[in-house]
Amino acid sequence: MQVISIQAKCAMASTVPPDPKSVAGKSLHVEERAQLLVIGAGPAGLAAAIEAAGRGLSVVLVDENPVSFKTMGDEVPLHYGQGMSAEARNRNAMMEAFIASEPQIEAAFEAGVDVRLGTACWGLYANGPAVTWLPGLVAGLNDESRSWMLQAEHVVVAAGRRDMGLGFPGWEKPGVLGATAAVSLASRYGALGRRRVVVLGSSTEALTAALNLREAGTEIAAIIEQAQAPLGSPELIAALRKAGTEILTGHVVREASGRDAVEAVLFSEIDGDGRSFGAERIISCDGIVLAIGATPVVDLLDAMGCRIAFQPERGGYAPVVDSGQRTNVRNIFAVGDCAGIWSGKTQDRAIAEAEGRRAVAAIAAGLGMTDDRVVPAALEPPAPSHDISAYRLAWVRASVIEARAEFHVCQCEEVTAREILEVRPPRYLDWKNERRNDRSLSALLGEEPPNPDQVKRLTRAGMGACQGRRCREQVAALLALGAAMPLSSIPLAGYRAPVRPLPLSIAGQIPEPPEQAEHWDTWFGMHAQWRPFWDVPELYTVATNDATGPVASE
Amino acid sequence: MSAIKGASVVIVGGGVTGLSAGWWLAREGVDVLVIEKGMIGWEASGRNGGGCSHHHSPLFLEEQRLWPKMDELLGYPTEFAGSRIRLASSEHQMALYGRALSNAARQGFKSEILDTRQIREFVPLAGDNMVGGYFYHFGGHANPHRTLQAYAWAMQDHGGRLMQHCAVTGFRSVGGKVTGVETERGLIACDHLVIAAGPHTGRLSAMLGHEVPMASARCEMVVTEPLPLMPYGGVDGNGLYGRQTLRGNLAYGGGPHEWLDIAGNAAPAKPTTPLMGHIGRRLAELLPKAAHARIIRSWAGVIENTPDGRPVIDRLDTQSNVVVATLSSVGFGLSPASGHAIRDLVMDGACSFADISSFRLARFAQLEPDWRELQGWQALAAEEALAA
Repeated sequence: MQVISIQAKCAMASTVPPDPKSVAGKSLHVEERAQLLVIGAGPAGLAAAIEAAGRGLSVVLVDENPVSFKTMGDEVPLHYGQGMSAEARNRNAMMEAFIASEPQIEAAFEAGVDVRLGTACWGLYANGPAVTWLPGLVAGLNDESRSWMLQAEHVVVAAGRRDMGLGFPGWEKPGVLGATAAVSLASRYGALGRRRVVVLGSSTEALTAALNLREAGTEIAAIIEQAQAPLGSPELIAALRKAGTEILTGHVVREASGRDAVEAVLFSEIDGDGRSFGAERIISCDGIVLAIGATPVVDLLDAMGCRIAFQPERGGYAPVVDSGQRTNVRNIFAVGDCAGIWSGKTQDRAIAEAEGRRAVAAIAAGLGMTDDRVVPAALEPPAPSHDISAYRLAWVRASVIEARAEFHVCQCEEVTAREILEVRPPRYLDWKNERRNDRSLSALLGEEPPNPDQVKRLTRAGMGACQGRRCREQVAALLALGAAMPLSSIPLAGYRAPVRPLPLSIAGQIPEPPEQAEHWDTWFGMHAQWRPFWDVPELYTVATNDATGPVASE
Repeated sequence: MSAIKGASVVIVGGGVTGLSAGWWLAREGVDVLVIEKGMIGWEASGRNGGGCSHHHSPLFLEEQRLWPKMDELLGYPTEFAGSRIRLASSEHQMALYGRALSNAARQGFKSEILDTRQIREFVPLAGDNMVGGYFYHFGGHANPHRTLQAYAWAMQDHGGRLMQHCAVTGFRSVGGKVTGVETERGLIACDHLVIAAGPHTGRLSAMLGHEVPMASARCEMVVTEPLPLMPYGGVDGNGLYGRQTLRGNLAYGGGPHEWLDIAGNAAPAKPTTPLMGHIGRRLAELLPKAAHARIIRSWAGVIENTPDGRPVIDRLDTQSNVVVATLSSVGFGLSPASGHAIRDLVMDGACSFADISSFRLARFAQLEPDWRELQGWQALAAEEALAA
């Protein structure tokens, strides 16, 4: 019986064409091909690209920087907080500054790497259990005016880092920005439009950022830290103190004040529960730099299905990689900050560069290329210097939950912490029925931890145009606090392509195969599905069905 | 949660159909339990076009009757907004879409043909490239996940229970009746069973000897950043379904689907593909003044279809206390009515408000066993495994 049915299946499969309305037989227009695509021209990505070119591979290296002034204004790819100066409008100057700030870019050109600056990767796609029609591993790329698909045999993702956002009243004002954005603007471009800033956070990462800013000419008025003692190295603290920076531990920001932009920060002391007490103090400044948690940029990796896990020693959610920097998806590698952030790696770029070279060595070995190049040994991150789960939760408790006034944790969709924790419908619905007040986080939970994607769909927190880059870690922390669970138990809010906002007019430039256009239908393209119920035959068989009947899926 | 030993009605599947049925039963005081293997609405129910205008269905009148009052009935917002506009970019599309008018007219609903001037008036984001359109004085659209959660909360308000993260592994039957549902957390006794488990309905019904024939596919959608609200959000056409949400985002889908093999209880992977660009192009054609709008997400859902794409809502012949239900890829908009129909079949044995004989499982009595291959609905052979 079994045998007969399999034989029949085979006979059928050879005679019946696949559903023309499905993806079967459709092709994807690929504009260019490379043996290796490297995404991100930081130390790790450049090292990988140069190493691969040196081994004779065809390499395309893309980096979205320098992004345009407008794109920075949209908080892409970092939390710029309108902190850029007018210099950032001069695209040519920004391009020159970007290249000049990183000598290895020139080295990559010379090594024969096809370097594309100002080019973003908004999606990575591969065949798998639920996708089978792609030509292989493909990447969606775009610049200011175009988008296109590149097919690569291997992809090394070196997408870098960004910062956990942290809200307080007034945090939406221009001048509140992430440390990564601030350092990039100041050190790479000389385009930080802020002269005197307060830095939040005292980890070695935060202090390093503060010192980098100071070196680029920005005055660091104070370091504010909710913990009772600084987290980072005493030498860095001493270096900052020496130049007049106040180190304010056991303090939290109460408000960023100013008319059109940050003009001062109000802060106060906090007790062990994160509650403020005592007199508020004020420091005049034109910037507040968020440096409480650097986060690997895992958007492309997560969106394509790579395994991502909360790894405190790597700065939070980071891809699971092996000693060859392989992710669990074949031919996808992660290197540099996006594969894990720890202070030793931040201090010494050779560690990130070694990751890049190690990924290329793994690729070369996979291709059967043998040579006598020495592969740098894998370096595991040390144990985390502090409990990042407890630390980030303490910040969110003191700054967001104990805030003296409500503010929008999700700025794009204007959602407050209370609305997130009470799972309230968005305000534009003007929902007056207060019966729903008993529906809070606990009612959603069941026995599992709260899921930020579920809360997002109900409250819209994290659903906006910045694609959650400013609020997702805060939302996760709020849910952890609300459920009295550690941060690591809160699932990662899912990323979706395009991981950079992409205009319809640009996304639509990817050519479509004629056979797809010919058979395009709104829904499944089934004539039988839409026959009105008074016109349906009593029995359905494939033989008696008119599969070619008109279809207008409703 | 304390261990649940049983319920009068156990519904397997926390999608929009099962939750609506649960709400209909709970509001009458029936002891109902919905069992969901993952999170409610995590498959196609929570991610679809949100349309509520199904004039081909016997549930249409009830769908139209209920939607305008669902917010009030449920006590939670659904974001329902009435009326619908469909635009055609060719005479061919215009002719095809026109069938809606005769279907609706026959059932007493009014529609109008729009000329290009009216299109500009009603659809500010449209251009001059559409040849015409239709305005339905019926139907509308709602927010899928918000509605789905509203069903769940409203059901719980009426005493219904929900058990998430619990997969069903089998059934116990005694003398032509199912007496219990075997789950990962033990046996749950029941007087009645409803299987409304989306793509898993076929596999689960097969355990009772009555496999609902179905195949599953992955479909994709895109959503843009918010734009100023148009007077009517329910605007689609040009080969797309979708809507402008009440927040202003454009959420649209369409185009080729991918047939899949769904095995076991695991949630199917739902990757998206570069089809996003092709959906984007059609959306920019449909609403040229939105061409600058940026896509901020794309997503995919896995949806089941019966061989004729029509629902099955039926009692089993041999186990009379079992109702099987699939809405065959068109379930969200019809959910207020499908839940009512399921409630009727469970409690009264027959649907009180519509002739749903076309939803009988028996229509497949003579279906070819290899129907899936004959229709070309096979899953494509995986060319390479995702996992290294």
